[in-house]
Amino acid sequence: MHPPAIRTHRLTRTYRQPRSRRWPWSPPAPPGGAADREFVALNDVSLEVQPGELFGLLGPNGAGKTTLIKILTTLLAPTSGTAEVDGLDVVQHAAAIRPRINMVSGGESSGYGILNVRENLWLFARIYGVPTPVAYERMERMLAVVGLTDQATSRISYLSTGQRQKMNFCRGFITDPKILFLDEPTLGLDVTSARAIRAFLRQWMKEKPERTLLLTTHYMAEAEELCDRVAIIDHGRVLACDTPANLKRQVQKYPLYELQLAPGTNGWQSLSQLPGVHQTAATTTPTTVELKVALTQESVIAAVVQALVATGCHILTLKKVEPTLEDVFIELVGHSLQDDASANTPARPALGEQ
Amino acid sequence: MTATLRLFLAAAMARTYPRVAWLFRSNSWMIQETVLPVLAVAAFAYAYRAMNAPPAYTGFLVLGAAMTTFWLNVLWGMGAQLYWERDNGNLELYVMSPAPLMAILTGMALGGMTTTLVRATAITLAGVWLFEVPIQPSSWGLLGLGFVLTLAALYGLGMLLASLFLMWGRGAWHWVSLLQEPVYLLSGTNFPITVFPRLLALVASVIPLTLGMDAMRQVLFRTPGVLAVGIELSVLALLAVVFFVVARWALRYLERRAREEGRLSVRWQ
Repeated sequence: MHPPAIRTHRLTRTYRQPRSRRWPWSPPAPPGGAADREFVALNDVSLEVQPGELFGLLGPNGAGKTTLIKILTTLLAPTSGTAEVDGLDVVQHAAAIRPRINMVSGGESSGYGILNVRENLWLFARIYGVPTPVAYERMERMLAVVGLTDQATSRISYLSTGQRQKMNFCRGFITDPKILFLDEPTLGLDVTSARAIRAFLRQWMKEKPERTLLLTTHYMAEAEELCDRVAIIDHGRVLACDTPANLKRQVQKYPLYELQLAPGTNGWQSLSQLPGVHQTAATTTPTTVELKVALTQESVIAAVVQALVATGCHILTLKKVEPTLEDVFIELVGHSLQDDASANTPARPALGEQ
Repeated sequence: MTATLRLFLAAAMARTYPRVAWLFRSNSWMIQETVLPVLAVAAFAYAYRAMNAPPAYTGFLVLGAAMTTFWLNVLWGMGAQLYWERDNGNLELYVMSPAPLMAILTGMALGGMTTTLVRATAITLAGVWLFEVPIQPSSWGLLGLGFVLTLAALYGLGMLLASLFLMWGRGAWHWVSLLQEPVYLLSGTNFPITVFPRLLALVASVIPLTLGMDAMRQVLFRTPGVLAVGIELSVLALLAVVFFVVARWALRYLERRAREEGRLSVRWQ
């Protein structure tokens, strides 16, 4: 029986910003006065990620995602609670954890500008003890994956931000970690490169089933496409943790259909009286009537179509609306990732909230 | 044990590489790093000539200029380096890796010694040639040993300073800046340390640069020193070991504290 790849139990991390004393002999803050400021970055977080899982961590800026990754990568000690990586405690057994992990952060500026891409990757492979021939072999594969082979001999000081990001992505894989932490790995990358990286991640996970990947991303579609399970985190707390499908199911209480009707008839207005129809909403445009119908159960859609046809409505299109992870996120956090800086984002229209 | 040693050496050599690469790829450094110190030596050398000082004094100057480059490298290339590494995001990659931080510091030291050795050699050759410094070493072996022990003690001190930077960041910066000029004075960069009162000379001998230069000057120019060469070399060896052991302990302790306080990956502080 393998231990979980990652396990945290009531993990809490608090940052303390001491009140600065102007001089060593300045008096300390009085009790209850302008004392040290505390910021709780992680609050009682309990999570378990199994070996072989591609686990996503979603949350707005300042939610605690990076703090969690820093604790798991042994860069930061927890204030309380425990965290284990591959069955080993991050505080007691940091040295034993380190050969098994690696991390890539989006927008990081690591590396030495005087060295070229290959030399930088070689350096960071050697500090993991990867033999030079093996490092070069892995390097060539990774450079081809991210489309950086042509720039392999360029000094990294001459690379664009996106190219440096690609190099850092390669760095994370060259040590062949058992557990990899990717913190916004596609940040700032063009669409084609991001797609190639997502395809590679799936391939990489398939190659060795015991590999585990913890991914944080701002791109909901990326999380939805890649992750086996997702945790939504905000203000240091885990609000939900499940498969994307289950999370979406939780958020959509009523099946939702969207119909486009030809203009000119009002038969749809009596639809809300129909048994099994929970709610309707319509938007009229010069060319169509956009109708949204929330049902108590799926099978009612047949009756809805019949009723519309019977009242003379001409149905142009009909589609079932599936909730997205974005909808789940908004439901739990109260706003989307795009406008996470705005705390007072108004709630969505009634139907969209399903 | 073998695997640990192999990883240590691999990491140290890897970290040495950027500095050695810099030596070959940074084109303007030779002019900037050698001509300017030689000009500084020239000012003092002509002052000594004007005062009819013994020719060995010019030799003191050249040796002082050469050895000072190592001191500067220890301060800014070793001590402050972990601060820079943290700022550009390399430090967290080093800490997160299985390689011990001591291996990274050893790599920095080896790389720093290599580049600075080239610079110091250029300064020495230029100085000796321009000012006709009378070199008559009593023993090349003792001279070499003195040089190696001085570097070992200096870079051991550099490792210790690096661990302080890890914890105090910008705060340590000010302390190291404060160290720079007093050390020029106390180590006798431009004059023999024997001109100091005996007690001050002995106190100044705690600085490896002071002892190392005094020992090498005694051997190179057969002039009197603060202590006998043998004693000075023994103290240097002891200092090297003490600095290395304390640096190792401090690095572990301060790394643990930095993890607790979240300072390993916080930048611009």
